[in-house]
Amino acid sequence: MSKLVKIAVRNLLRYKRRTLLTASLITLGVVFVLVFTSVTGSFKAMMIAQNTDSMLGHLQIHRKGYVASIDNLPLNLNLKGGAIARLEQILDAEPEIAAWSPRIKFGAMFSTFVETTNIRLNGIDPARELQAVPLLADRVVEGEKTLAPGGIWVPELLARGMKVKVGDTVVIVATNQDGSVNGRQFKVAGIMESATGPGGRDGYIHIEDAAEVLRLEERGISEVAVRLGDFDRLAAVSARLEELLAAERNQQGKPIFEVHTWEKLSPFFNIARMIDVMTFFMKLMLIAIVLVSIMNVMIMAVYERIREIGTIAAIGTRPGRILAMFLLEGLSLGVVGAVLGNMTGALIIALLNGAHITYDFGRQTGLVLRAAVDPADMLALSAIVIVISVVASLQPAFKASRMDPIKALRHV
Amino acid sequence: MGLITAENVHKRYRVGETVIHALRGVSLTIEGGAFVSIVGPSGSGKTTLLNLIGCLDRPSEGKLTVAGTDVGGLGRRQGADFRGKNIGFIFQDFNLIPVLTVYENIEYPLLMVQDVPAPERSERVTTLLREVGMEEQRNKLPDQISGGQKQRVAVARALVTSPALVLADEPTANLDHDTAYQVIELMKRMRDTFGTTFIFSTHDPKIVGEAEVVHTLEDGRLTDSRDTREAGHEQVG
Repeated sequence: MSKLVKIAVRNLLRYKRRTLLTASLITLGVVFVLVFTSVTGSFKAMMIAQNTDSMLGHLQIHRKGYVASIDNLPLNLNLKGGAIARLEQILDAEPEIAAWSPRIKFGAMFSTFVETTNIRLNGIDPARELQAVPLLADRVVEGEKTLAPGGIWVPELLARGMKVKVGDTVVIVATNQDGSVNGRQFKVAGIMESATGPGGRDGYIHIEDAAEVLRLEERGISEVAVRLGDFDRLAAVSARLEELLAAERNQQGKPIFEVHTWEKLSPFFNIARMIDVMTFFMKLMLIAIVLVSIMNVMIMAVYERIREIGTIAAIGTRPGRILAMFLLEGLSLGVVGAVLGNMTGALIIALLNGAHITYDFGRQTGLVLRAAVDPADMLALSAIVIVISVVASLQPAFKASRMDPIKALRHV
Repeated sequence: MGLITAENVHKRYRVGETVIHALRGVSLTIEGGAFVSIVGPSGSGKTTLLNLIGCLDRPSEGKLTVAGTDVGGLGRRQGADFRGKNIGFIFQDFNLIPVLTVYENIEYPLLMVQDVPAPERSERVTTLLREVGMEEQRNKLPDQISGGQKQRVAVARALVTSPALVLADEPTANLDHDTAYQVIELMKRMRDTFGTTFIFSTHDPKIVGEAEVVHTLEDGRLTDSRDTREAGHEQVG
């Protein structure tokens, strides 16, 4: 086999410039796809992480119908009593769930005694919330990064507009489910950076304070944010939870719960999908480049070596072996292109990371580009290039193997 | 029974609308170990006859037996296997593989056709390199050696698989007279050493004189067959 590879390599080196050009084209294609995938992948991962780790969690569980009305923050669709207990039991028993956090969401009036405006609030258990969405505390740009009862984290834009500072006293007034109004003073514990995405401009208070403002007679929660141990297991865990929770029915026999992954809750999922589609088309372009360039080289190689093919066929080389010889040449070109492309791509990615390139995302500025490439992606890309190289060589190789030795030997 | 027996062999080609009758009922027998020349003017059917004997083509009519096998019925793959096992080829233009060294060109049929293990390949190639006097050029590429040396390498390549038969179509056409004579002498010596049957076609009357058996073709017919080792010769047809 090593002899065959040696012959294939020598045949490729027979036309050095052409081989170099083709290998460079494949290398460039691989580099382009690799760098594009890693940079957009980094952006996508950052975007998903920002959404899931600072606001949404990996998935959320609500009472059935809540998400359809989520813009109204309907208190009558909160989970209550036995349903919460059953949900807690199921979540605690699921080994792939790293943390979960109950929330009470409601709309309220925010008053500084001088001015009043509307605010959307999340009542949270700070300890649980910071486990379920660990980047939440990073969004507190001023004040305390822990939220004690009586404190409120005010969104940055609202604080600026209402001229509110850390330590100020504000009043939150809310209407509860029965229509009665209640108010309470809070001390501004922190100013929160606004984030792009759903819930990115909400304020936060302690869950016990939320229950008190809303005068909840029994325990109630609007949603549960769930964080998984392994984000890549999202689809599987979500499906399992849906199956488990589907068994929980109300008195009318209808399901109590609904499960939504972040993809169904955030508009950024569409951007993530667009990135995936663009990556897919980049790979298609690479396939086209490899296919056309290798096929061109191999067609030329067969045409230029017709007499040689006639000679080796005449001395008894089997058609299958002639086919293998030419396939091996295409394969060698593909392997060289894939290896050089991966090496160059990895080097460029390392240089990009070393350059500390920053970019802005929504209101977040100065995010550092951390391009990363999964070795599995490199292997997959190499496999695509190599397989396409062989496929592109098939037709010329087949033609060579089927050549009539007499006609080939007469070829001038 | 000879190594090669042709019985009323015809070969017709179609070129566009025209049918060309290249061989018209050739019958001959060639014994094993013979040193045979096929002669005749251009278009007389020499190359066609060599192609048929070499299993590169099949007769349109008649029966052709080579080394006990009716080669008319061989398919593409069987033909390749038969050639690889029984027949060596020497070409007018040498047809060495330009990216392979002298050694590797000779080794090629053992590697690609017969799958001979490396130690045996080495032994056989080295022996032939010595026999054809190309030991010192073993690592040179074909474009680094002369025409005569290329044909010596081609002779070695044809013999390396120990075939029963070597076919050479105009092997001296591209060589000067002295070199041509040396190549024919080499072929004869190889026949004497290995007992291989050599059949070559040629135009050159001086080269023809080196053959032990001469078959003459004219217009696709065998017009004369003579054994130069005998005082007289057998007239055909």
